[in-house]
Amino acid sequence: MNALVLKGGRVIDPSQGVDEKRDLYICDSKVVRTLSEQPDVIDVSGKIVCPGLIDIHVHLREPGQGAKETIQTGSWSAAAGGFTSVVAMPNTNPVADGPDTIAWIKQRAAQLAVVNVFPTGCISKDMAGEFLSPIGQLKSAGVVAITDDGKCIQNNDLMRRALQYATMFDLPIMDHCQDADLSNGGVMNEGYWSTVLGLKGWPNIAEEIIVARNAMLAELTGAHIHCQHLSAAGSVRILRQAKARGIPISGEICAHHIVLTDECLKTYDSNFKMNPPLRTQADIDALIEGVGDGTIEYLASDHAPHCEFEKEVELDDAPFGILGLETEVGIYLKYLVHAKIISLHEMIRRMTIVASDLCGLHKGTLKVGSDADITVLDPDLEWTVDKHQFLSKARNTPFHEHQLKGRATMTIVGGKIVWSLENGLVSHS
Amino acid sequence: MKWAKKDLLAISDLSSEELLILLDTTASFKEIISRAIKKVPSLRGKTVVNLFVEPSTRTRCSFELAAQRLSADVISIEKSVSSFTKGETLKDTALNLQALNADFIILRHKSPGAALFLAERLQASVINAGDGPHEHPTQALLDVFTAREKLGDLKGKHFIILGDILFSRVARSNIWALLKLGARVTLVGPTTLLPEVFREVGVDVCHNLDEVLPEADAINLLRIQQERQQATLFPSLGEYTKLFGLNMERFKRCKPDVLIMHPGPINRGVEISSELADCENSVILDQVTNGLAVRMAVMFLLSGGQLPKIKEDARKGTSK
Repeated sequence: MNALVLKGGRVIDPSQGVDEKRDLYICDSKVVRTLSEQPDVIDVSGKIVCPGLIDIHVHLREPGQGAKETIQTGSWSAAAGGFTSVVAMPNTNPVADGPDTIAWIKQRAAQLAVVNVFPTGCISKDMAGEFLSPIGQLKSAGVVAITDDGKCIQNNDLMRRALQYATMFDLPIMDHCQDADLSNGGVMNEGYWSTVLGLKGWPNIAEEIIVARNAMLAELTGAHIHCQHLSAAGSVRILRQAKARGIPISGEICAHHIVLTDECLKTYDSNFKMNPPLRTQADIDALIEGVGDGTIEYLASDHAPHCEFEKEVELDDAPFGILGLETEVGIYLKYLVHAKIISLHEMIRRMTIVASDLCGLHKGTLKVGSDADITVLDPDLEWTVDKHQFLSKARNTPFHEHQLKGRATMTIVGGKIVWSLENGLVSHS
Repeated sequence: MKWAKKDLLAISDLSSEELLILLDTTASFKEIISRAIKKVPSLRGKTVVNLFVEPSTRTRCSFELAAQRLSADVISIEKSVSSFTKGETLKDTALNLQALNADFIILRHKSPGAALFLAERLQASVINAGDGPHEHPTQALLDVFTAREKLGDLKGKHFIILGDILFSRVARSNIWALLKLGARVTLVGPTTLLPEVFREVGVDVCHNLDEVLPEADAINLLRIQQERQQATLFPSLGEYTKLFGLNMERFKRCKPDVLIMHPGPINRGVEISSELADCENSVILDQVTNGLAVRMAVMFLLSGGQLPKIKEDARKGTSK
């Protein structure tokens, strides 16, 4: 028996409508009502105790790109960011478009990851956007969603059929919304700064037109579609209108898109190069408004590790993407909760039970009998991001030396402390 | 004022005062290159590397000759015969050149920001000889120097920059240079090659050449970069020429002493008719000559040379 009590914390569990100061009991891997034996006691007074946070959009890079990140190091990074579960994107090498690759990922995660890793599978074979991948077999192998993240299905008929087909398996479809013709060659937001800097622009409309398409296809098929990493003001408007009409569609933001603007690219620093690109303050305002009014329910990171040498090239040639897991909670706490856009309870709700429900993870709760995946937060802790302290294998962050307010101080997965701010990585066996 | 910058990367980075120092120094070197013996020892013992990762003829030759006139040792590297073809990165190539004690790296590159990327990583002075559609600062310097020679003080003078603005590093550098010197700038071109957002930098935007032509003191034509065009940007060269080509009929509606400028290479019969390219108002070849003086001045200042004392008329340009 492994008994543990988190003592004196403010427990916030939106799945049960709980927000009260009380102790939380853990026995072995489960949340329990009481303990019959002497537990280890951890004083969490002054802290928030909540269900383990879930990030539905991360890249762990394995198989095939272990120089950037591995399932193991990515899981360390997640733990250090306060996450107990992550949903891993399938644009690996090879891409995760078949059951063998999914089995490999699950086996690797079971052996080496310190947090729960939930794989996704591709919508199309080879992520080529031409033929459906074996979605039924992917489901049997254990995927929690299908997506061609990193690429967007350009073929509208294929997207329609994918939505129809996936309904048989109760799998959400997540879409990277990017029209390839309108964004062709774009490396940053199209606007004043791309004009001045001479960089090829990636206009808002390239995202918005796909969000609109997705809304129409979701209405046609009745299947739910989830629009990933939204960046443009028009996307929020289209999503809001579609949801008002009852169309089964949802949207997600990533932390960097509500903080940084395209002006950051004026130093040609590739740590600000991401897809979709950083937009304008007007877009940020629209995204934040969308989060505040519930148009956008999902908060994620799009954690995208790259090797330093890959990023240290001319901006045109640098890969898209930045790290996210270890700065995400601090950003959302500072720019959404402390800025009074949403309450702390609401932020936790979206990053726990809401995220879990989208992908059917059966996580995100502290109900008695549930898995003891728990995050301890200090929402008022002021800290400075130091990329050299990251547990990710990569260092490509635009937030180095950024001042944040609030962070996770402990991550517990299956009843075991895997990371704490005080001791760092505690266990990875 | 003492010159303090290690690199010359963009006109947008320069203060008006720095711009004037560059132009004043150019005036001195213009005088030098008109002498019987055109060589000075300013860069003796220094090594200049022309790193041209994108094709160029006149800019590369101009920099090469300018370095030689300053008595530097010059190495020229082109992409097709360099280790870029073996996959070596720009950073590694530059670090190797620095290990050879290069004092100047003159970079022509297809990617915006490439010169800044090198400048941040090298002790050597980096001169941007064109980074994609971003900037081409020495071209802008030679353009405004030439215009000042012919028009005098540029304050209040009206410049048209005509053509493919979207992809033009010349336009991006010239806009900043002209605005810093107090000129009025109107950009002219088809809507697909001239986004409205340019207005935000303080210039006018126009899509009807005939409307603004009579007001211009100078027309700076840009080459239609067929290699960068996509099918959607304009229907054909023929239609472009009809709408935006500078021909004799249009020229007759201009001020009689309007300057015709072009950074080259010229597409005769496309953006400009052949007879206008060679007419008295054309300063296209003056621009090339002045380019040599500009590049000598830039390398001289970056190597620590100080602004020479020159006559006031040379400073402002009064030869018109």
